[in-house]
Amino acid sequence: MTNTAIQPPGAGLPPALSIRGLSKRFGAKVAVDGIDLDVPAGSFYGLVGPNGAGKTTSLSMATGLLRPDAGAVTVHGVDVWAQPLAAKRLMGLLPDGVRLFDRLTGEQLVSYAGLLRGMDKDTVAARVKDLLQALDLAKDAGTLVVDYSAGMTKKIALASALIHAPRLLVLDEPFESVDPVSAANIRDILHDYVASGGTVIVSSHVMDLVQRMCDHVAVIAAGRVLAAGTVEEVRGGQSLEDKFVELVGGRNQTAGLQWLRTS
Amino acid sequence: MVAHLLRLKLTLLRNSIKRSPWQLVGLILAGVYGLGMLATALVALAVAGSVGEPQAIGTAIVLAGSALLVGWLVVPVLASGLDMTLDPARFTTYSIPMKSLLAGLALSSFIGVPGAVTLIASMGTAAAWWRHPGAAAAALLCGALGALTCMIASRAITAASTSLASSRRFKDVSGMVVLVPLVLMGPIIAGVSSGISDFSEYLPQLAGTLSWTPLGAVWAVPADIAAGAFGPAALKFLIALATLAALTWIWKVCLAKALVTPAYAGSAKRSPGKLGFFATFPPTPAGAVAARCLTYWIRDPRYSAGLIIAPLIPLVMVFGASQASGLDALGPIIGFGGAFAAFMVAWSISADISYDNTAFALHLATGVDGRADRAGRAAAAGILALPLGLLFALAGAIISGDWASLPGTVGLVLGATGAGLGMASVLSSRFTMNVPLPGDSPMKSKPGNNFSSVLVQLGGFAGAAVLAAPVAIVLALGAMADNPVFSWLALAVGLVLGAVYVVAGIRLGGAEYNRRAPELLQAVSVDR
Repeated sequence: MTNTAIQPPGAGLPPALSIRGLSKRFGAKVAVDGIDLDVPAGSFYGLVGPNGAGKTTSLSMATGLLRPDAGAVTVHGVDVWAQPLAAKRLMGLLPDGVRLFDRLTGEQLVSYAGLLRGMDKDTVAARVKDLLQALDLAKDAGTLVVDYSAGMTKKIALASALIHAPRLLVLDEPFESVDPVSAANIRDILHDYVASGGTVIVSSHVMDLVQRMCDHVAVIAAGRVLAAGTVEEVRGGQSLEDKFVELVGGRNQTAGLQWLRTS
Repeated sequence: MVAHLLRLKLTLLRNSIKRSPWQLVGLILAGVYGLGMLATALVALAVAGSVGEPQAIGTAIVLAGSALLVGWLVVPVLASGLDMTLDPARFTTYSIPMKSLLAGLALSSFIGVPGAVTLIASMGTAAAWWRHPGAAAAALLCGALGALTCMIASRAITAASTSLASSRRFKDVSGMVVLVPLVLMGPIIAGVSSGISDFSEYLPQLAGTLSWTPLGAVWAVPADIAAGAFGPAALKFLIALATLAALTWIWKVCLAKALVTPAYAGSAKRSPGKLGFFATFPPTPAGAVAARCLTYWIRDPRYSAGLIIAPLIPLVMVFGASQASGLDALGPIIGFGGAFAAFMVAWSISADISYDNTAFALHLATGVDGRADRAGRAAAAGILALPLGLLFALAGAIISGDWASLPGTVGLVLGATGAGLGMASVLSSRFTMNVPLPGDSPMKSKPGNNFSSVLVQLGGFAGAAVLAAPVAIVLALGAMADNPVFSWLALAVGLVLGAVYVVAGIRLGGAEYNRRAPELLQAVSVDR
């Protein structure tokens, strides 16, 4: 299997996100093993892989949260690690497994994210109102984020990532513990965003969701890219889930838990 | 099952050491400290056993034992879960029989420095009775019983207080309020002890009373046996057993309730559209950081605890000074204490990013400039520190009537605040500390984690003291020359130096932040 998914040269626009030779090790464990990946501008890109595959680590390095051991990342041609401030202006990020400033109210948190990016007060106020409305959080705008449910917390973090209208959205597990109605609303927002020229990268391990929602997908396991391309190319006639299991392996072929039977 | 719980506690301890060598250093220091206390206690007991009268030994042991039990009762409340390595809430899903859970948790309390020291010291009281073999045997038994009572008492009170106070707001407030008596402990003890002048007469009487209460009964049995009073001994032993049984029952009831009652989160709701400090601060990145930090100073108990304690520091200093030199020095001391309090508030931001924990990722993701980050944090702390210091400076001048020295005191406040803010701004962009996690009690700490943090803190303290020294020197010269001009000079020096320190701290710290922000995030990600 190749470890690369490089966009062929001369394919039009520069990719929204371009990763070359990205590597990271924690002690003896290699988390990300020299990944190459191009995310075409205007694509809805799914990143799938088993637990511990290196998805979050890769995305953290691609967005400037975690310094890579080696490799380069550019966002719309801007080097993330050489010009972090310029690159971060182009990106909106929903990280997974980090805390929020949860002693702020939902409204304050999203405003904070906008103001930190240097946006002016009136724009921030207007967009915060729109975002909370769109994500069904308007009635909880004045509640402290610490008192939000898990799904609401995800949604408010998403709002913080959208406030500055980035050109590239990087969402790590955006649908985890979000209820079906809100998830459908979020999908609509993301589809509109892509239709208007934005690029979205989502990581997930819900294959069905990725197959329905995304137009491109990359399969990552053990810190390497196993397959990448359009969803049709990658799944090749099978369901994405079957293809994923075939690529990643690890299905147990035993007869299962014989004793786990109720009769 | 009991053995499993004990093994789990040992494994957790071992793994926490593996995570960082500093944990090991901290544990060893705690161990050495514990062993030192233990050795001192045992030697004292043995010496007392050779030279003391049974009556006196009994008095000492009953008092010490009662104090020990009170300590085990009070500390968990103060620290709301000082060591919750085996938090019962984590066992809810495992359907462990209540009896095994109780026994396992009680015994696992002995694994760890405080528990082990308590057990050995309690049983070591037998050393004091080596001339009375019967009493010594009883002391071994009662010592073990007493130590077990301590553990169960602390467990019971923890379980009781958590089931009473499961709302977040209550936890936030209670965690801070109990800090106040702790800070004032010195003056309180000094006051109480000077009030009781006839100590030697009072103590045996106190011990006599205590020995019939649940606090002291268990410790008094060997003394009664040594004195041949078998009747009282038996009665006190019964009291001790009843105490243990009652505590176990309370613990069991509260635990049973806690296991089926999920933590309730109280919700504080504001009407939408109220942005609080965000509306008043300038809408720039630095202004937003300042507004966020100021909100946290008020809403996060880990910050507000510091804010509550800081004004008490001058009062404690005043108390100490009035004991030493009467009331003449009161005014200046209040002023200097105010400068110190302002410095402490300013210094709090040395752990700011550690307090943020991984929420700091937002600063990183938005690409906020290091200088804006530093400036915002410094502004929030400065807004709180300066009025506090100036208020005390003014109070000092009013009390002493010495208005000539007010400018100098104000200069000291400005210099100290500036030095604290500047030093902390640089330091916190380079080092992260082990601090309570967001949502935890301000007093919570993990076993043996603080050694490196303490080194950094001490270094920063010393550095800030050096930075603030010029103002103090001018003040000292003024005091020697008895010339009010020096007071104004100190004001000018404090004003200029304070401003220079803040600006330099923000510049240097900001540059360091821009270089190292991802590493800072990774450092705080280790604790979560």
